[in-house]
Amino acid sequence: MLKHLTGSEIVCEALIKEGVSVVFGIPGGAILPLYGVLSKYPALRHILTRHEQGAAHAADGYARSTGTVGVAFATSGPGATNLVTGLATAMMDSVPMVAITGQVGRAAIGTDAFQEADITGATMPVTKHNYLVMRADDLGRTVHEAFHIARTGRPGPVLIDIPKDVFIEMGEYDPDESIDLPGYSVPGMADEAQIDAAAALINQAERPVILAGHGVVLSRSFDELRELAEKAQIPVVTTLLGISSFPEDHVLSTGFPGMHGMAYASLAIDQADLIINFGSRFDDRIVGDAQRFSTGSKKIHVDIDPAEINKTIHVEAPVVGNIKDVFGQLLPKVKKTTHVEWLQHVEHLKAEHPSLRIPESDRLMGQHVVKALSDVTKGDAIITTGVGQHQMWAAQHYQFKNANSWLSSGGAGTMGYEVPSAIGAQVGNPDKLVWSICGDGGFQMTMMELATVVENRLPIKYAIMNNNHLGMITQWQSFFYDGDYQAETYTGNPDFVKLAEAYGIKGIRVTSQDELESAIREANAHEGPVVVDFVIEKVDDLYPMIPVGQSIEELIEDPN
Amino acid sequence: MAETANGTFQRTIAALVQDRPGVLARIAGLFRRRGFNIASLAVGRSERSGLSRMTFVVEGPEEVVRQVAAQLDRLIDVVEVHDITEQNIVWRELALIKVRANAGKRGEILELANIFRVNVIDIGVESLTMEISGGRQKIDSLIELLRKFGLEEVIRTGRVATLRGTLVEGEDDGLFQSDASKSTYTLPTATGESGSV
Repeated sequence: MLKHLTGSEIVCEALIKEGVSVVFGIPGGAILPLYGVLSKYPALRHILTRHEQGAAHAADGYARSTGTVGVAFATSGPGATNLVTGLATAMMDSVPMVAITGQVGRAAIGTDAFQEADITGATMPVTKHNYLVMRADDLGRTVHEAFHIARTGRPGPVLIDIPKDVFIEMGEYDPDESIDLPGYSVPGMADEAQIDAAAALINQAERPVILAGHGVVLSRSFDELRELAEKAQIPVVTTLLGISSFPEDHVLSTGFPGMHGMAYASLAIDQADLIINFGSRFDDRIVGDAQRFSTGSKKIHVDIDPAEINKTIHVEAPVVGNIKDVFGQLLPKVKKTTHVEWLQHVEHLKAEHPSLRIPESDRLMGQHVVKALSDVTKGDAIITTGVGQHQMWAAQHYQFKNANSWLSSGGAGTMGYEVPSAIGAQVGNPDKLVWSICGDGGFQMTMMELATVVENRLPIKYAIMNNNHLGMITQWQSFFYDGDYQAETYTGNPDFVKLAEAYGIKGIRVTSQDELESAIREANAHEGPVVVDFVIEKVDDLYPMIPVGQSIEELIEDPN
Repeated sequence: MAETANGTFQRTIAALVQDRPGVLARIAGLFRRRGFNIASLAVGRSERSGLSRMTFVVEGPEEVVRQVAAQLDRLIDVVEVHDITEQNIVWRELALIKVRANAGKRGEILELANIFRVNVIDIGVESLTMEISGGRQKIDSLIELLRKFGLEEVIRTGRVATLRGTLVEGEDDGLFQSDASKSTYTLPTATGESGSV
C-alpha cells in the first residue's frame, strides 16, 4: 500500500519494518527534522550518546552481540565525520550497521555551507556501500536496500546521507516494493566441485587444523563447527575474532594463534598438513611472513567474499559460500575419523608450551585481573575490549563459555571501542552480565559515554587496567626502539573512582591480588554500573610474541 | 597474462556499471587504496539504459592485478565484471596525433598515413592532425615515426575491448565473475531479522 509521508516519516517507518527497535545518536541542525518525528514512533528507542563515535561503536556492539543490524544517527559535517572511526571499525570486522546522517539542504550542497561535509565521499573506503538520497520518494527503497546490503553476504556498514529538505519533503513509500540490486548477489551454497575438493583434502589429512574466524560467529555456525570438529576429530584454533565460536573447555579447543596468541596454536598451524579456514581472512597478525606461513600444509579457505581468496595466502581449495551452508554441504561428505597421533601431539604442544603462565609477582598484574574475572563470572559474561595489552590478556585468560560473547576491535584495532561497545551489548542483552575490559588509554578516549550509561541505567561493569601507560606502546618501544620510551606514560590520569562517583557511578579501586575476587563479586552484585580501577603493574613483556612480519621461527615464548 | 617489459603484469578487465554519480569515484578510490595501477581506462554509456561500460587495463605484480576483478565485483554499483585477459578478445585504442607539417614535409607524412591506413582529419598551414585506431603497438610505432617531424600533441584514449563471437557460459572459473542474475529480496517483517536472498 502506497503511503504519502514526509521523508522523516518514511525513514522511521522503513526502520521499523526492518525490525529496528534501538538507535544510537546525537541530533544536530541538519537531522533535526528526523528527530522531529521520533515522538510519533515510540517503537524506535533513541539512545543519546555523548559523541558520535560512541553512537557508532554502540551500534556496532549492539549488532555484534545480537546479530541484528545496529543503527546510528548523526548530523551533517562534524557529526557525520565523527562516525568515521566507528564505521571503519565495523567495516574491518564485517559488522552489519546502518548509519543515517543529516546533510545540508540540497541547494547548499557543494557550496561549503555551514556544517557541510562530503560524507559519502569521505566514507567510501570505510563502508560496504553508501547513499546520498536526493528525493523523498527514494528514501524507503534506499533504507531497505541499505539493510539488505548491511546484513547479507559479508556484512558491513552502510551509510545513508539525507539532505535536511529531503527529510521535510513529502514522498511516496511503498513498504511492499521489492528492491532491485543487479550488482549485488549473495553467495549461499558453494559449488559442489569446491565442496568435493575440500572434503577430499579433509578426508586425506593426517594433521588437520581448523582455523575458525569471525565468519563462523557472523554466520552463527557454532553447532556446525563443533559437529565437524568432533566428527573428524580436528583441533580447532580460533582467530582473535573467532574467539567464543568454539567452547574453550572442549578438548579440541586449541587457543588463538598469531602475534600474541598461544604458542601451541601457532605451532599447530605451522606443523599441520591441512588448514581448514572457515571465515578468516588470513590477517597479517596471524600470518606474519606470508612466505613462511605454515609451508607444509595445504589450505582450504571457506569465505563468503570471493575477494578474500588468494588475497594474502595461496590456497589449494577455495570454497566460496555462506559458511553455514558450506558446513551443511561438507558435513555429510566428511568421514568420521580420528587423528590419534596428531591429537596426542597437539596435547603435547599444549603441555610443552602452556603460553598462559602468569608471571610470579606479589603485585597486581593484568593477567591476574582477567583470570579472576573469568573465574568469578565462570566465563559467563559478555566481554568487550579496546586494543592493546589489556585486549590480549582478555583474549588469553578469559575462558569463554558462551558463543558470541567476545566483542573486540580486531581489524581496525580501535582504542576506545571498549566503552561504547559495551553500551550496545548491554542494551541488546539487558539480562546478561557485560564486563568491559579497558585500557586506561582507551578508556579516556571514550569515557564521556559514562553519562550515556547512567542516563540509561545500564549495569555495565568497567574494568580499567590502569598502569598509567600505553602498555603495548611501551612494549614495542622496548623491543623495537631500543627502550627509547616516548609519549607512553600517562602522568595526568584522573582518579577513576572519583570520576565514576562524579557521574553517580559506583567506583572501586583494587591495588592488590587479595582484593581481586571480592571487588569483582561486589561489582557483579551491584545493581547499577560500576567502574573498577585495577591499579596494575606496568610491564613491557606480553608473551607469547611473534614480532610483526615474522614467523613461528621468531616466536618469543616466555624468556623469564 | 601479458608480462610487460619491466616485469609487471597486465590484465584487461571489462565491467558493466551503474550510470550514477560517484561511480567513477568509487572505482578510482578502490584502485587507489588497493594500490592497483590503471594503465588505461575507457568509459562510456552501454547498449543497456542506465548502465555504462568500462574497460580497464591494469598493471602491477601478478598477485596484485589478479585481485582487481574480485575487488571490483564487491562494489554494489558494479553489475558485472569480466577479467577478459586470457579470453579471445578484440580490442582497440584510438589516438589523435597533431604533427608539424609544412608544405615541404606534408607529402612524406601523408605517405606514412597511407601505409598505416590513418585518417587525416584536419590540415592547417603548419600542421596536420590524424586519427589512428588499432592496437597499442601500431599506435606506438606511428608516433615514433612521426616524432622526427615534431609532435605538437598526442591524445590517446584507453583501450576498449570485447569478446570475439559469443561467450560460452561456464568457461570461466566462476570465482571472480559476477553472477549477473538479479538479486531478489523480500522485505522482512517488523519482527523478523530474516530476509536474505
